[in-house]
Amino acid sequence: MGDLTRLTAADLGALIASGEASAVEVTQAHLDRIGKVDESIHAYLHVDTEGALTAAAAVDSARKIGSPLGPLAGVPLALKDVLTQEGIPTTCGSKILEGWRPPYDSTVVRKLRAAGVVILGKANMDEFAMGSSTENSAYGPTRNPWDLDRIPGGSSGGSSAAVAAFTAPLAIGTDTGGSIRQPAAVCGIVGAKPTYGGVSRYGLVAFSSSLDQAGPFARTVLDAALLHEAIAGHDPLDSTSIDAAVPPVVAAARQADVRGMRIGVVRELSGEGYQSGVETRFAEAVELLNSLGAEVVEVSCPNFDYAMAAYYLIAPSEASSNLARFDAMRYGLRVGDDGTAGVEEVMSRTRAAGFGPEVKRRIILGTYALSAGYYDAYYGSAQKVRTLISRDFDAAFAQVDVLVSPTAPTTAFPIGDKVDDPLAMYLQDLCTIPSNLAGNCAMSVPVGLAPEDGLPVGLQIMAPAMADDRLYRVGAALETALRERTGQLLIEGAPPL
Amino acid sequence: MAITRDEVAHLARLARLDLDEAELAQMAGQLDAILGAVARVSEVASDDVPPTSHAVPLTNVLREDVVAPCLTPEQALSGAPAAQDGRFRVPRILGEEP
Repeated sequence: MGDLTRLTAADLGALIASGEASAVEVTQAHLDRIGKVDESIHAYLHVDTEGALTAAAAVDSARKIGSPLGPLAGVPLALKDVLTQEGIPTTCGSKILEGWRPPYDSTVVRKLRAAGVVILGKANMDEFAMGSSTENSAYGPTRNPWDLDRIPGGSSGGSSAAVAAFTAPLAIGTDTGGSIRQPAAVCGIVGAKPTYGGVSRYGLVAFSSSLDQAGPFARTVLDAALLHEAIAGHDPLDSTSIDAAVPPVVAAARQADVRGMRIGVVRELSGEGYQSGVETRFAEAVELLNSLGAEVVEVSCPNFDYAMAAYYLIAPSEASSNLARFDAMRYGLRVGDDGTAGVEEVMSRTRAAGFGPEVKRRIILGTYALSAGYYDAYYGSAQKVRTLISRDFDAAFAQVDVLVSPTAPTTAFPIGDKVDDPLAMYLQDLCTIPSNLAGNCAMSVPVGLAPEDGLPVGLQIMAPAMADDRLYRVGAALETALRERTGQLLIEGAPPL
Repeated sequence: MAITRDEVAHLARLARLDLDEAELAQMAGQLDAILGAVARVSEVASDDVPPTSHAVPLTNVLREDVVAPCLTPEQALSGAPAAQDGRFRVPRILGEEP
């Protein structure tokens, strides 16, 4: 049967359902691969060997007694450490939650369990999902499987690196400003941010509640669609969850046909600051979509130029409020409780010891933006920009079915390159932020290697809210056409570890 | 307008963050640079544009007022740094000496 870790989730699910491979065998193969390569990648913060093998054995037993298995039953997955899983350490990449074991499952985990998905462990991330490189993890950086001296993207860098290193065929990430799409792009895999409200946030530790959204990582568009379908849907436990049918993403991935679609290239997401190899591969991919029968036009979204500025006011403002829950009283770290210190002193000492530099920076920035006297100029204006960006999207989607752009302005940069320059780091999210602000959906698909550095380039597809199926239709068409040219997926050509 | 060390110290107090001198100095410079870059939102935020606080227009999402399963007191206290008599134990909250 060959190496089980090289197979797609769809193929693994089919082998398990037919009995040609057992879920335990498949899980063990991935655990062995983690043991072999994760020391150099550091995608995982916690590996739940026993829990994974128990879940796999339950799938095998269910098959033996003739229970019908879903398409992902027995398929292993890496879970970003920002989602709760009962009894399993959940740190959010922060020292303030070191050792915390949540007493409940997030809705995403509950749905994964119901689908028979085997959770291998918790994936590394930038602390509280703040960052674009996973260097802000309190537990050390994750490395890019294409080049171990480079970043795997962030904040879901553990999730992207696990899938790219073949230590899991699937992973869950979260995307507040690009934290699924940018890591997918720089690791040469597929990542999708569903429509805001499409996947429940219950049990997702909040960073910026009006922007956070969980979604799938995979090595193929169909695998991402299968995972998307497994975790999506209305949840009464999340008041912002959309009460509507899940868009037909799996059918769209199988359709893989862009004939007759109108595709808009966003004029504002190109030019200065974009690496030439990124622009080259992007332009070729757009050409390819055109040759596959899509009509390609250029569209303008002038307010996208203000998206990053609005994001770095809105997200820190919400974060400064959300992270107030880490008060040293109900869970996590407590520092300086010597019997004499008052509660405010203990809170201040605990938060100083438990939060890293980027989290502190954003809490202070958010506190400032929400202060009396500055609120209108900063937070208020940022909320207006949010309206303008939604209007740009509405106008664009009146002309075209989807929008496309590069996913990130550059390929993976060297570890350490931008740690002292927060603004340079924030530029990584230039293309991905607009979709979070408008609450619509977007995906990154690999489109080749930049000629100058041989590193993966991603193309971003953006679609209207609850039209997630369009992402999969376009993504799968592109993937199929590129695969026909080279005979393999981009990630299959990554250097061996 | 430059952000001073004292302003950062005030914000840190509001946010219950015990920052040291080096952090205060570094953060003042970085906040200045970041605010300089994000202040441009005011260029397009004219009076006739309504603000958006949330992308999905939902209002008053309520559930039936019925008892549903929830965490037990033991589960709720399982992650607490300190607990006593089925409650969270906290440091003193008033000004007087213990």
